[in-house]
Amino acid sequence: MNRFDYVRPDNVSDAIRALATGSSKVLAGGTNLVDLMKYDVERPGRIVDINRLPLKEITPTAEGGLRIGALVSNTDLAWNDDIRRQYPLLASAILAGASPQLRNAATTGGNLLQRTRCYYFYDPSTACNKRDPGTGCSAIGGVNRIHAILGASPDCIAVHPSDMCVALAALNASVDVEGPDGKRSIPFSDFHRLPGSEPQRDNTMSSGELITAVVLPPSDFGANYTYLKIRDRLSYAFALVSVAVGLTLKADAIDEARVALGGVAHKPWRDTAAEELLRGQRPDTQLFLKFADQVLTPAHGQGENNFKIELARRAMVRALHQAFAGTPQDQSVKSVQ
Amino acid sequence: MAPSSADIPASFVINGSRHALTIPPWMTLLDLLREHLHLTGSKKGCDHGQCGACTVLVDGIRLNSCLILAVSRDGADITTIEGLERDGDLHPLQTAFVEHDAFQCGYCTPGQICSAAGLLSERHAHNRAEIRENMSGNLCRCGAYTNIADAIEDVMAQDAAAREAAE
Ligand SMILES: Cc1cc2nc3c(=O)[nH]c(=O)nc-3n(C[C@H](O)[C@H](O)[C@H](O)COP(=O)(O)OP(=O)(O)OC[C@H]3O[C@@H](n4cnc5c(N)ncnc54)[C@H](O)[C@@H]3O)c2cc1C
Ligand code: SF4
Ligand code: FES
Ligand code: FES
Repeated sequence: MNRFDYVRPDNVSDAIRALATGSSKVLAGGTNLVDLMKYDVERPGRIVDINRLPLKEITPTAEGGLRIGALVSNTDLAWNDDIRRQYPLLASAILAGASPQLRNAATTGGNLLQRTRCYYFYDPSTACNKRDPGTGCSAIGGVNRIHAILGASPDCIAVHPSDMCVALAALNASVDVEGPDGKRSIPFSDFHRLPGSEPQRDNTMSSGELITAVVLPPSDFGANYTYLKIRDRLSYAFALVSVAVGLTLKADAIDEARVALGGVAHKPWRDTAAEELLRGQRPDTQLFLKFADQVLTPAHGQGENNFKIELARRAMVRALHQAFAGTPQDQSVKSVQ
Repeated sequence: MAPSSADIPASFVINGSRHALTIPPWMTLLDLLREHLHLTGSKKGCDHGQCGACTVLVDGIRLNSCLILAVSRDGADITTIEGLERDGDLHPLQTAFVEHDAFQCGYCTPGQICSAAGLLSERHAHNRAEIRENMSGNLCRCGAYTNIADAIEDVMAQDAAAREAAE
């Protein structure tokens, strides 16, 4: 680990001032940053420890949603009563990720900003455009079993590894950030970005900005939802493919459908045009297949990860059935119904 | 360890005793415990959050000490495997691990037991499937998983019985 200055502000404006200097990095739970520092992938000149900032509350919003402070731990969020009642999809996705110890440390803001698990990104002896822009992408034509099937670019085929963010994408959350130029709110669909020609940029935050909160709009997905995560072992592993579904029903038909995919792209993947196919329809396997095929029309494998296309197709159909039946995937009993 | 100008004051209560220290900000909690305070019960398995061997309780909450900068937990109350016994008696989990033969080489065991102590106080696991899921952050290369789950289930039942008797 490199040597660095360490500061521990106790209010947001001091934190933003401290971040303005060159290679400063925010420290929240540290579960991703400290790990990357041990590999010399991150080498901050200054650590701004934000753990004393007053950003640990979950509060109701005037619109009937919830505002989650950036420092609320993944554990506290998943077990919060209001979250479990109104946003069980979010609780389920969080509990599908990492381990209890990691979730106890990990924060809401840090989870959004965790970096890809691409093996090459973690290994400074290899070429990687995300880590060292302009050096090339070792995963293209390399070991790419875990890589993207949607939205990749010739410069980077990495995926965003978060489970929580897949649920936040389905829930149309937004992200409150604050920086030297003031406060703004970023819709979740605009928060993470596709790699394009700048894979070093994971998201649309500007340098020096701090996440202060994630805001959830009111949700009607308390009954018909699921988070289905497919991975190489049953727990404590990142998703190969995951699917978050929220449905509202009218009579026997689907009214609104939200479907977000994890493990397949540089950001949680939604196709709102395909979601419209489901509106007003009576659910059955044929309909779900039609939906999945439309979502996967632009899908493209990289060789070792070609299997993810069929896996994503089947996972979407299964998850839509689970959500419609009101039988969400249990994150402890691992059998997939 | 020679103090450097970058060192920062930090104090902790570790297994009941207070330690006022000055430490470099890049020192992890695991290295502080093992290298500086010679509490070598907590193990370094992977140093990357992937195995759970370094699990300790920080203010009662289980965490991977290898991914924590010690200074960031200034003021915390820390319990390691060395601090679980009370007045010379083993913690019920320690007894149950012995009784259920819940280890082979023992390298993962301090982390398993601290993690299980965290699991019991969280009260989110109520059956075997939930115990297994909530212990998934602790790997065991010897594959003692079945006996580890037995030991935890046993102590969970003892706790439930004690609570019932108290009501
Ligand atoms: C072994 C292992 C397995 C894992 N498995 C999973 C999994 O299955 N699913 C999953 O979703 N995740 C998984 N994770 C990742 C884990 O969820 C993330 O590491 C965690 O959510 C990051 O949160 P943190 O608070 O620890 O972030 P930190 O490590 O503190 O920070 C991460 C990044 O965000 C920045 N940052 C943090 N907070 C803010 C803020 N408020 N404003 C601006 N910048 C900020 C930091 O500067 C840093 O760049 C795993 C991690 C490990 C180590
Ligand atoms: S996929 Fe992206 S992160 Fe991985 S090696 Fe290529 S450029 Fe780097
Ligand atoms: S040593 Fe900390 S998790 Fe492996
Ligand atoms: S007993 Fe050997 S690693 Fe668990």
